[in-house]
Amino acid sequence: MKAHARDYELMLEAYSGVSGDPTVFANDDIAHLVVHENMVLGAHLVPGLEVEPVETPSGIDITLRVLPGVKIKKPVHLCFGVLPESGEQNINIAAEVGSDAGVSLLAHCVFPNSVSVRHNMQAKIIIADNGFYGYDEVHFHGERAGATVIPRAKITLGEGASLRTGFQLTSGRVGELDIDYEVEAGPGSVTEMIARVFGYGSDKISIREKCVLAGERARGIIKSRVAVKGRATSEVFSEMSAVGARSRGHVDCIEIVQEEGTARAVPVVDVFDSTAKVTHEAAIGSVDRKQLETLMARGLNQEQAVDLIIRGMLSPA
Amino acid sequence: MLAVSNINLKKGDHQIISDVSFEVADGEVFGILGANGAGKSSLAYALMGCPDYQPDHGAITFDGIDVSGKSMDERARLGITLAWQEPARFEGIDVAGFITLGCGWHGPDAGAKTGSVPGADQYLEAMRLAPEEYRRREVDRTLSGGERKKIELASVLAMRPRLAILDEPDSGIDMISRDAIINMIDTIRGYGGSVILITHEEEVILSADRAALMCSGLAFKVGEPREIVDYYRRICRPCPGKIYPSAEDIAAGKSKKESTSSAPVEDSP
Repeated sequence: MKAHARDYELMLEAYSGVSGDPTVFANDDIAHLVVHENMVLGAHLVPGLEVEPVETPSGIDITLRVLPGVKIKKPVHLCFGVLPESGEQNINIAAEVGSDAGVSLLAHCVFPNSVSVRHNMQAKIIIADNGFYGYDEVHFHGERAGATVIPRAKITLGEGASLRTGFQLTSGRVGELDIDYEVEAGPGSVTEMIARVFGYGSDKISIREKCVLAGERARGIIKSRVAVKGRATSEVFSEMSAVGARSRGHVDCIEIVQEEGTARAVPVVDVFDSTAKVTHEAAIGSVDRKQLETLMARGLNQEQAVDLIIRGMLSPA
Repeated sequence: MLAVSNINLKKGDHQIISDVSFEVADGEVFGILGANGAGKSSLAYALMGCPDYQPDHGAITFDGIDVSGKSMDERARLGITLAWQEPARFEGIDVAGFITLGCGWHGPDAGAKTGSVPGADQYLEAMRLAPEEYRRREVDRTLSGGERKKIELASVLAMRPRLAILDEPDSGIDMISRDAIINMIDTIRGYGGSVILITHEEEVILSADRAALMCSGLAFKVGEPREIVDYYRRICRPCPGKIYPSAEDIAAGKSKKESTSSAPVEDSP
């Protein structure tokens, strides 16, 4: 028990280190779940939200339900971490947002000492008609070898439902990142997926996000912002398929490459209905010259200007 | 303050700027008038020190210092800055932060840390933008071209430059806001700063103290703004394109059109 209390303190300390506010874990109005390796160290629920965490040998299975018609007012805070240098954490999430219900989750994943930490996440999320599900995931990996992070998600949106995902890994070494999200969007639904990653050293980044605009008038945007330097590599696969009539999609990818970093963007857009439309834009290369020169004309030296441009691009809106 | 001596700029086989010389005094507004493609923006970039616009001949002296070999940021820290004709957009940088980026180098905020100076509001107001509506917005594509342009000018004003190069500050801006640009120029002139005002609008150039006329890389006529505008209206407007006087023609007081048609010269540059 003492060890758990100590781990809990360390987790909150690490959480603070990634700009998290640890006081949320003492606030009765805010639901939270704190998981270290395969142990639930803290949990609190609010009315209308059901969370059942089950510890497994290498992680945790979480069933999350938002009851129909319930809108959880304040973001639910999740904190997943592995504090030792090595370890494996498998998180399986089955989430269901009822019709006309809504929830925002803010997940902090902290691996501050990682040398060989592996974090797998498998999520299956169903958002019923007119439901809303927001999932913002912020990572902190420390400055050593990073971690291996493999998030997988299959998400289904009902009619008029909304999804917003944000993935941010801009503090510390990435290590190896392999994101694979797939969304099937129902009629009139709205999907927004944004990933922001900064890789350096020998980091490897792979982001695959796919959105099928299956329903009539479904709308979706996939946005990626990646910067790589050192010998880091980045591959971004963004796939948007418009199946539903009058559906609209957009794919937007910017990758900034410095030093010996390499980047690839593969936008795939499919349209299966003559009234649907999908657009895409991608920019890969060094920092935009005009942006750089504008900042230098205000007195910033080249290094300061590049740093500001990259920090701006990677900062959450 | 600024002395430009015989600068030349070539890109590939194309001569962009040909032997341009002029001076700008403290507190002076110096206008540069010319049609599209005359070389006005290239001259602005060369003065600012943009890497792709380094003159291959000539000198640029600022306050007695040869700045020809100095980088853009070194020139900016000496007090030179540039407002782009089509300003860049920045994701994740808010308007207030952008405006105050250069505040630390000159004037009352000198020595302050870059980007940390509060008080962007006064510069937004100067450009007729409501601070409460704009200060926290990002300098990105959610702003219209005109809004972005005014924010660019506000950032130049906030820098309190000793020499502001304004590249077509009036283009894309509504008529009501043109007064704000004139006020901005007066503010800079008021504290002894100088302005190079680049435009192809004849009316705008009249607010300058002196002006030069540019055509195909040549600044071939310098004088009173009214005189420059009159010349532009009579000689340049009817000109069908990039027909400009050669150095010999200028020396002989001829426009290219006149020299090729051997018509008598009515106006001597």
